[in-house]
Amino acid sequence: MAAAEQGVDAARKEEEEEEEQVVNPWEVSAGKGGIDYDKLVDQFGCQRIDDALVGRIARLTGRPPHCFLRRGLFFAHRDLNELLDLYEKGEKFYLYTGRGPSSEALHLGHLIPFMFTKYLQEAFKVPLVIQLTDDEKFLWKNLTIQESKRLARENAKDIIACGFDIERTFIFSDFSFVGGAFYENMMQVARCVTMNKAIGIFGFNLEDHIGKVSFPPVQAVPSFPSSFPHLFAGKDQLRCLIPCAVDQDPYFRMTRDVAPRIGYQKPSLIESRFFPALQGENTKMSASDANSAIYVTDSAKEIKTKVNKYAFSGGQDSIELHRKLGANLDVDVPIKYLNFFLEDDDELAHIKKEYKEGRMLTGEVKQRLIAVLSEIVARHQRARSQVTEEMVDAFMAVRPLPNMFG
Amino acid sequence: MGYTKDQLLARLQELKIDFTCYDHPVVLTVEEQAKHVGDLGGALSKNLLLKDKKHRLYVISALAGTKVDMKILSQRLGLGKGGLRMAPEENLLEVLQVPLGCVTPFALINESASAVSLLLDQGFKSKQICYFHPLTNDVTIALSSSNLDKFLISIGKQPAYVDLEAAPAVGKDNPPDLAHLVPSGVPNSSEQPVENTALTIVPHHQNNVPKETEVKAKPKVQSKGAETSSKADKPTTNTSVDKFVNDVFDIISPLFLSETLKKLDIKKEELSSILDDVRGRADPDLKSIAMTLKNASYTNGFHAGFKTMLHRGLDG
Repeated sequence: MAAAEQGVDAARKEEEEEEEQVVNPWEVSAGKGGIDYDKLVDQFGCQRIDDALVGRIARLTGRPPHCFLRRGLFFAHRDLNELLDLYEKGEKFYLYTGRGPSSEALHLGHLIPFMFTKYLQEAFKVPLVIQLTDDEKFLWKNLTIQESKRLARENAKDIIACGFDIERTFIFSDFSFVGGAFYENMMQVARCVTMNKAIGIFGFNLEDHIGKVSFPPVQAVPSFPSSFPHLFAGKDQLRCLIPCAVDQDPYFRMTRDVAPRIGYQKPSLIESRFFPALQGENTKMSASDANSAIYVTDSAKEIKTKVNKYAFSGGQDSIELHRKLGANLDVDVPIKYLNFFLEDDDELAHIKKEYKEGRMLTGEVKQRLIAVLSEIVARHQRARSQVTEEMVDAFMAVRPLPNMFG
Repeated sequence: MGYTKDQLLARLQELKIDFTCYDHPVVLTVEEQAKHVGDLGGALSKNLLLKDKKHRLYVISALAGTKVDMKILSQRLGLGKGGLRMAPEENLLEVLQVPLGCVTPFALINESASAVSLLLDQGFKSKQICYFHPLTNDVTIALSSSNLDKFLISIGKQPAYVDLEAAPAVGKDNPPDLAHLVPSGVPNSSEQPVENTALTIVPHHQNNVPKETEVKAKPKVQSKGAETSSKADKPTTNTSVDKFVNDVFDIISPLFLSETLKKLDIKKEELSSILDDVRGRADPDLKSIAMTLKNASYTNGFHAGFKTMLHRGLDG
């Protein structure tokens, strides 16, 4: 899966050229004031997740809803209510998410869909397939096949470190897995999508090589259980839930359009906002700009430096002014980060209030953020250090998962 | 085969039930029926065949003018909101054995309809004469509600009159007031307790399909019970990380509490609360390392199995 990756410069140029925001799997650029999510939801035609739905998930799973749901990071969906109706009646589903392994440098923004998916797996007790689109990266980036495959395995380790349950999780890379029933489904999907449609959805043009044009079915078919005969044999109508960032929506709009035409169920989606770069909403977190994000390989010291130096602050320029006017929470990046990563609702509310009214200073907020982020990164690094090549092999082995709904 | 109109009318005569019979062309709606018998002074009935989510059937027989709210009825029966739907045509033909447009309380004379629940509009009681179809819709019979009761009792049905327009609140303090009218002997389900006193199965009819399955159902439930108790003795592998972490805390917490309370002067509630906090904060890290251990163990087992297969084949 491609996380939207565009150099900061190109993004600025786009902004200047047009006020319109652009969101698709290969490009994310905002107009002034950041991404307009209401407009996006309208444009894409998905639904917003409201408090009732969050409450429903909590009731059905018998545990508090994940932070990302409570704080509106995962904010949109398609057919989630229908899926929950079925789950309530005892009908299961499986999860599908993925990553486009373009680099070894993973940052917190990359981890977010995986952290959320792990919660979904635990809460609903359902299996998960994770697709590593090494073929996509080969097609779009200047990589060799060998390098793409290697990056896929390296990224798999970080994904495993998020804490997925090996009894319920199948990780696969396209170069290794495509074939058989998976390939048959790809052809079924491909036959249902015209060039025109693909160009319309994905923005291809006649100069693009045919590898790009034929890629979308690869990302579509993991939504269909028959693509995984070793897991879901005989369960052709099993439902699928896809947690992803909202820029992936076009792939699944296409998938949902095709599904009924080939006798399959439409997958449901649960979609997240974009995670802001350290320097602010209008910049994209970029693998090339080390200071735009917190990386999973950062030391405690590096985290401290990055947050203190680069995290865009909504506080005032001087302490006196700050005590007088308070902070602008709309643009303050540390507050946005705490919104996602600080579990304690009461503490967050307290910090927001004190900061907004000028009693808490930027330094203190940043200090709290550093502590929270350090804990998360440390936990990840410890888990990552324990992931062996053999463990990756086991997660990626085409094996049955007898306990997957247990 | 289902009873014919003539058989029904013969039965009514046997039972010395007074009724009047009117022939007319086939009618499919109450409006059409009204054209033929509407001016004769009696009360027209509208009859609905409804089905709930567990495929149980209900005949609602009401005065034509009574408003029937299916949502409210559903709640009063204890089926929740939206638990009632119009039954499909097949049910009319197979269960009631009457043609389309001919739902009638008289259809309950058929064996196949023995599990159907009948709800009668209270309003019938205040009318001298009520009109119903006698198993075909080219005839209307007129009789009093007490005579209808006589008929129903003769086929083993307790007449259940209900104020169909009432809308009592249904909630924790107000149980559904019509719950006793939900049929119990459903062919498909084997685990429903026989609570329904309004419906009695007629003993002298043959081919009592629902009854047979009901009889079969009881032993099924009993043997299921025996099975589950023996299953409980078999140990099952539990690989839940959640459970593991909880078990660890359950071991440490009481020990820590008791030892600390011995040595330190602190209130039990305070210490418990501190321990809960610690538990909450340690939880993510503990779960993470437990998951790592689980995944690592699985990995080792997986590779051991693979190597075994490689060297010795399936026999190991």
